[in-house]
Amino acid sequence: MSLVFTRPKSLSERVTTYCPGCTHGIAHRLVAEVLDELDLREKTIGIAPVGCAVFAYDFFNTDFQQAAHGRAPAVATGIKRVLPESFVFTYQGDGDLAAIGTAEIIHAATRGENISVIFINNAIYGMTSGQMAPTTLVGQKTTTTPGGRDPKKAGYPLCITEMLALAPGAAYVARCSLHNVANIQKSKAAITKAFKMQVENRGFSVVELLSSCPTNWGMTPAQALKWIETDMIPVYPLGVFKDVTQEVAPGGDA
Amino acid sequence: MAEPVLIKGNEAIAEAAIRGGCRFFFGYPITPQNEIPEYMSRRLPEVGGVFLQAESEIAAINMVYGASGAGGRVMTSSSSPGISLKQEGISYIAAAELPCVIVNMVRGGPGLGGIQPAQSDYFQATRGGGHGDYRLIVLGPAGVQEAVNLMMGAFDLAEKYRNPVLILGDGALGQMMEPVVFPDYRGPAPTNKDWVTNGAKGREPRVINTLMLDPDDLYRHNLKLQAKYARISENEVKYEEYMTDDAEWVLVAYGTTARVCKSVVDQIRPEGRKVGVFRPISLWPFPKEPLAKLAGRVKSLLTVEMSMGQMVEDVRLSVNGKVPVHFYGKAGGLIPTRAEIRNKLLEVMGTSKGGDGR
Repeated sequence: MSLVFTRPKSLSERVTTYCPGCTHGIAHRLVAEVLDELDLREKTIGIAPVGCAVFAYDFFNTDFQQAAHGRAPAVATGIKRVLPESFVFTYQGDGDLAAIGTAEIIHAATRGENISVIFINNAIYGMTSGQMAPTTLVGQKTTTTPGGRDPKKAGYPLCITEMLALAPGAAYVARCSLHNVANIQKSKAAITKAFKMQVENRGFSVVELLSSCPTNWGMTPAQALKWIETDMIPVYPLGVFKDVTQEVAPGGDA
Repeated sequence: MAEPVLIKGNEAIAEAAIRGGCRFFFGYPITPQNEIPEYMSRRLPEVGGVFLQAESEIAAINMVYGASGAGGRVMTSSSSPGISLKQEGISYIAAAELPCVIVNMVRGGPGLGGIQPAQSDYFQATRGGGHGDYRLIVLGPAGVQEAVNLMMGAFDLAEKYRNPVLILGDGALGQMMEPVVFPDYRGPAPTNKDWVTNGAKGREPRVINTLMLDPDDLYRHNLKLQAKYARISENEVKYEEYMTDDAEWVLVAYGTTARVCKSVVDQIRPEGRKVGVFRPISLWPFPKEPLAKLAGRVKSLLTVEMSMGQMVEDVRLSVNGKVPVHFYGKAGGLIPTRAEIRNKLLEVMGTSKGGDGR
């Protein structure tokens, strides 16, 4: 019998704490597969955010530091400056990266900090049980926008990945989605590309992954995946916004 | 012994840090400590180190967290409002037991305050500052030479206990020039760094973490920290006594204020008044036992600070009612003058005012 499927070495054997239907597990697996394929596990230091993915340090089989809310890119900077030969990635949610940590992510990109960022955008605060995120859609109901997000009162969703693509120090900036198999494959290709940027010392790389949160969206897992496609993608278009290794038009294929 | 060099406090501290093994600096400009990052930006690359001007104090302290966790000898420096911004990160660093050195060249507060010297961050420095039960090792030098000596040992001290060390100066210390001799540094003391996250090559992964959701785990972690703080309290108390052998009245002061107090003692002693100075150097751990001992043989103590009364609380806790503890303080960036302290001292001694307040 031949082995056709196994746990990536870069994932630990712990059962994750994520809710049924949450796509964090898929994102973890993709990251771990790419770490294995690029042979990076033994030189990797990951940075866990504050949010649902704070326990990432338990689920990856690599060194990890857990950072204060939003500060993962600053922590990553400190690590990478001490250990330039190591592989450093942050794994951050939308509240962590696009609200409280806005300054840190923008300046890490602007410095061209040679780190990689996995950005999970599920348009809601998961761990604190469903409050508005910077990426919450207009009209989306959350526990702090009970009547739906009214932009007159609560502002608009933030497309921070497009902003990061403007940073001269950014080498690779892409947005992908985890709502079906084809897009999961594209997500993996983008993560591979992003991680290679760091290995090749090209500078900052980020992959945004549109993700589901059935629990706090009040949907079944299947409905949630559909909602990514019907409601999130129109606001957060998929594509590669920057790739220093080739000329790309904004919104091009990942 | 090397020749003394005339050097500004901030630059001397930066040079001492490098000689003490510091190779990484993350900071953000703020007066009156700007000469530290400026000096570091010139000097660190010469020794193969890294200087990085962060986008904020918050980012800077979190870079310190990451760099320390990666095994780097790292520091940051700032002044009062900037140190306030760093407090969350300092709490995390203390919780994760990461060694690092932080310099606070204190300026007058609260709020944006001013840029002149003050000692009004004593509570913040010695009580934690950020959230949770933690302590920093807090050292308060009273001159540039002492700042150099303390700084050169600060990284070893931080690594010995895996604890942040805070050098609590003030604007005067940072800005004044004094002759300094840089002592020889023997190189880092050997420490066990089996906690550093530098890639899980041929070993189990390591995690630097401050989240402990199980109350029993978090309680145990707190007990471990407290046991460490007890060891530090036992071993790292530093203080100076000046003319206290026969003193009946003693001034208690640290840093810049202690220098003025010594000068008051020099002035008053020839008049036959038996006065001295007790100068805490480690502000945490506070030298409470030696101070309590001293209190047992004096009539009263007068605490002098560039604040509205912060260290005086530690003095009172140490003395525990044995003798009266008086206070004289000025805030806002003003340094108490010799005449002012002398007048207050004479008042405390029950003597008529001995000067015109100049």
